[in-house]
Amino acid sequence: MLDLKGYGPALLDGAVVTIELAFLSLALALTLGLLGAAAKLSGSRLAVGIATFYTTLVRGVPDLVMMLLFYYGGQVGVNMLSDYVWEAYGIDFFFQFDPFISGIITIGLIFGAYMTETFRGAFLAVETGQIEAARAYGFSRWHTFRRIMVPQMLRHALPGIGNNWQVLLKTTALVSIIGLTDMVRVAEEAAKAERMPFHFFIPVAFVYLALTAGSELFIKWLDKRANVGVAQGNQ
Amino acid sequence: MPDFLAAWLDQNEIFTAMTLMEYWDGMVTTVQLVFLCLVIGLLFAVPLAILRTFKNPFVSGPVWLYTYLFRGTPLLVQLYIIYYGIAQIPGIQETFWWAIFREPFYPALLAFTLNTCAYTTEIIRGAIVSTPHGEIEAAKAYGMNWFMRMRRIVLPSAARRAVQAYSNEVIFMLHSSAIASVVTIVDLTGAARNIYSRFYAPFEAFTFVALCYMLLTFILVFAFRKLESHLLRHQRPARS
Repeated sequence: MLDLKGYGPALLDGAVVTIELAFLSLALALTLGLLGAAAKLSGSRLAVGIATFYTTLVRGVPDLVMMLLFYYGGQVGVNMLSDYVWEAYGIDFFFQFDPFISGIITIGLIFGAYMTETFRGAFLAVETGQIEAARAYGFSRWHTFRRIMVPQMLRHALPGIGNNWQVLLKTTALVSIIGLTDMVRVAEEAAKAERMPFHFFIPVAFVYLALTAGSELFIKWLDKRANVGVAQGNQ
Repeated sequence: MPDFLAAWLDQNEIFTAMTLMEYWDGMVTTVQLVFLCLVIGLLFAVPLAILRTFKNPFVSGPVWLYTYLFRGTPLLVQLYIIYYGIAQIPGIQETFWWAIFREPFYPALLAFTLNTCAYTTEIIRGAIVSTPHGEIEAAKAYGMNWFMRMRRIVLPSAARRAVQAYSNEVIFMLHSSAIASVVTIVDLTGAARNIYSRFYAPFEAFTFVALCYMLLTFILVFAFRKLESHLLRHQRPARS
């Protein structure tokens, strides 16, 4: 049996951190993606400009660089703010910038940009006739969005969301670099201390493999459900 | 030079000739690393993708397993396994390989190559599989054998369908290469981390490096757009 030299519980805790981080970042990414897609389709030049700037920026900069900027820069920013507040108002306030929070913000921001493109494509795939019909029934804009657009676009968005999720899951490994004790960090420390790199990294790799394989099955199932009642060409 | 820029350059202590040279060296390392891993990865990906399309499971199975393992795990974990693992292989320190793999550059190159090769294999496989059947039938009708069909019909046609997805992979690889800095390679990100810790100036150090990566990304996007329009020029609407 696999002997983890007493690092088993720490690795398990690390796996939980990885999963928490992945889900919270996904929630942020989906929110930002919806907002971004709404902005890109709004027709307002300012909103389109901001959303385009956001997606272009994210696609040009590596995730690790952005994470380092948020983590180290965030701390310096907080320090500057607390200095200012102390000098101006005499209030003593300080907090340590958390690698967990910086991880969520960075990963959420990055995948929010990819989700923006996914949702934009999915919204465009909804037939205009559906929207016109909703307006003809007297639905308000919000009602049309919630009752007509969202249920129909989800079917088109799911494959894209699934792909992004798989990449996001693997991106969470980067938070070990800014010092969060996730699975990879624990494995790295254990591997260095015990001088057994294969022994600790290969189980971690298999946990990631299990997570991606499990998500793949789940997404397939969701996709099947979302496509109920849609005649598909290949069947 | 505009006055405000000159004034800013005069009073800044961070962007001196020395740090700019450090960034430049980092950029050279990044470009070398990414270029080499992409070229080697692509060279291996083409035959692997062909093997992956074979019906015999003993041929396509191992390739599938390889791509599945490398696409299902984070590149960072692969890098750690190779970087820390190679030194632990019994007896390697006595062979000539040790002289090569003692430098962090080569384990990183190996990890990046294996990773990008797995993704590229799947991209090319997808393109090969979606070759219109009529093209292959026509090639057979002309009496081409398997090898000639591959070389003259399937691969050129697959290349056109793969180039878009491959350009994404190239940009992804450029961005992923930032993690080389964690195994003590001074690439662009490594240079930024050094400069950050010397001056404790995260905004300057990382924003500048982000702009460098952006520049590289946009050059790649532009080059691939040119390549794509070159490869797909037969589809361009005729000029009237």
